[in-house]
Amino acid sequence: MNTEGKVFKYPDNVDTDVIIPARYLNTPKAEELAQHCMEDIDASFVKQVQPGDIMVAGWNFGCGSSREHAPLVIKTCGTGCVIAKSFARIFYRNAINIGLPILECPEAAEEIAAGDSVQVDFDSGTITDLTSGKSWHAQPFPPFIQNIIASGGLLASLKKEA
Amino acid sequence: MQGMTMTQKILAAHAGLASVEAGQLISAQLDIVLGNDITTPVAVNEFEKAGFDQVFDPDRVAIVLDHFVPNKDIKAAEQSKQCRTFACSHCISHFYDVGKMGIEHALLPEQGVVTAGDCIIGADSHTCTYGALGAFSTGVGSTDMAAGMATGKAWFKVPSAIRFRLSGKLPANCSGKDVILTIIGKIGVDGALYKSMEFTGEGVSSLSMDDRLCICNMAIEAGAKNGIFPVDDVTKVYLQGRSEREPVIYAADEDAEYEQTIDIDLSAIVPTVSCPHLPENTRAAAELSDIRIDQVVIGSCTNGRMEDMETAYRILKGKKVAEGVRCIIIPATMQILKECIERGYVSTFIDAGAVVSTPTCGPCLGGYMGILAAGERCIATTNRNFVGRMGHVDSEVYLANPATAAASAITGYITDPKEA
Repeated sequence: MNTEGKVFKYPDNVDTDVIIPARYLNTPKAEELAQHCMEDIDASFVKQVQPGDIMVAGWNFGCGSSREHAPLVIKTCGTGCVIAKSFARIFYRNAINIGLPILECPEAAEEIAAGDSVQVDFDSGTITDLTSGKSWHAQPFPPFIQNIIASGGLLASLKKEA
Repeated sequence: MQGMTMTQKILAAHAGLASVEAGQLISAQLDIVLGNDITTPVAVNEFEKAGFDQVFDPDRVAIVLDHFVPNKDIKAAEQSKQCRTFACSHCISHFYDVGKMGIEHALLPEQGVVTAGDCIIGADSHTCTYGALGAFSTGVGSTDMAAGMATGKAWFKVPSAIRFRLSGKLPANCSGKDVILTIIGKIGVDGALYKSMEFTGEGVSSLSMDDRLCICNMAIEAGAKNGIFPVDDVTKVYLQGRSEREPVIYAADEDAEYEQTIDIDLSAIVPTVSCPHLPENTRAAAELSDIRIDQVVIGSCTNGRMEDMETAYRILKGKKVAEGVRCIIIPATMQILKECIERGYVSTFIDAGAVVSTPTCGPCLGGYMGILAAGERCIATTNRNFVGRMGHVDSEVYLANPATAAASAITGYITDPKEA
């Protein structure tokens, strides 16, 4: 599995309140929520993002609220992958559970610039910046988590076991 | 065999294992699975989409309508309705609708739904609050809630721990809020990422249950998986006659391994404020006396409990809220609201020029009941001060304890409560 796209770059401690402000959480509908993804720190994101594009961020991405709406809107916008120096733990869990690909790679997250074209190979964990020509290897997921992802999310994996 | 932390002991017992170690992946039995009016609809959709038709135990699922109720708009009403329908069709015994609801993390301990020794997940990040009772409790997303409701189990990576060794006693006008803000200021918003925060030491016994609930509530604001207090006489007195199930007491092994030990002298704590836009931006309230405010919020799952109301009453009694300041007081449960009425606190609050609302998370997350306009500033006893958290992206939230918030309401500026 691969994704390739343009990079949207964000700072440290991007919280779930800016990923999807709570004022919109009066609906569980992903398409409706996704229109407001990143609105409070990057109002142009939703207009510019193309399928497969990549978010690159600093430390502690997705901190704050447990709202699963956060990884859900990022995925629904067509984002192919989020690369960060680190993820807040509930966001990390939620992303795996709903099938939003995420990679923890501090070096890549530091060096990749906004607007670069980046390719990610999820099987090997290889991140390639096609603009700068550099590449990195992200930490692979433990087999237990790979199984959840391969099954298509947590509930699908539970159904498979049952 | 390496000794285990208190968290590790609870997880091992719920995984049916003699011992666990940090980093190990386990599947643990759950005592309570919690959701609210925002996260439950997403969980219900996932639960039904996956083809589950039964919850593992209708007495072990708790659904609390608290974020947008009484419903703030039509869409919120639809979400509440979906929760209500699900709770009714699955005979969920711990379903709390308007009239008996409260803010979930104040309500479940108060009603004895959660107890010492429990393993709890909740689709709300502040589920870590119940660690105050000596339980393992952590926030998850809606899909984890759905899986928990279906199977009664959840997967966890066993956390390592940071030990906070507390000594001394808190000075006047300080509370658990100042302890946790001071700690977050010290270690940062990801200082305990993926880890347990284990509070120990002789200082623990001087902290009330409300202080402990407040401290564990904000463990997530340091990135932690959970916060936890040992079970002592204060816990036992609190649980007595309240807990629905028999509490189980776990204690850390003498040789438990901690990644780090941080000593906190409670007597050196001062009224503390987190400045925008991260909880780690802490300053002493006394240093911020030139910050003018437009609004005060006293309430939330962090500080809407009885002691918080007592503090607000003590400071606002016979005083007036400053001209141009809105002061919003939100007791966290119906029981607390009723007690505030019976003790005459509500009359005092109204005489001071404050408003009192029925329980709701409302303004804390920018839902309703106190939204800020561009350029406005609020001092709040809530838990997050992120960009746009309480309203407009150009508004600001300062986090503080109830004494500081109430003192600031009187002066219109951030005020150390000793000046009030």
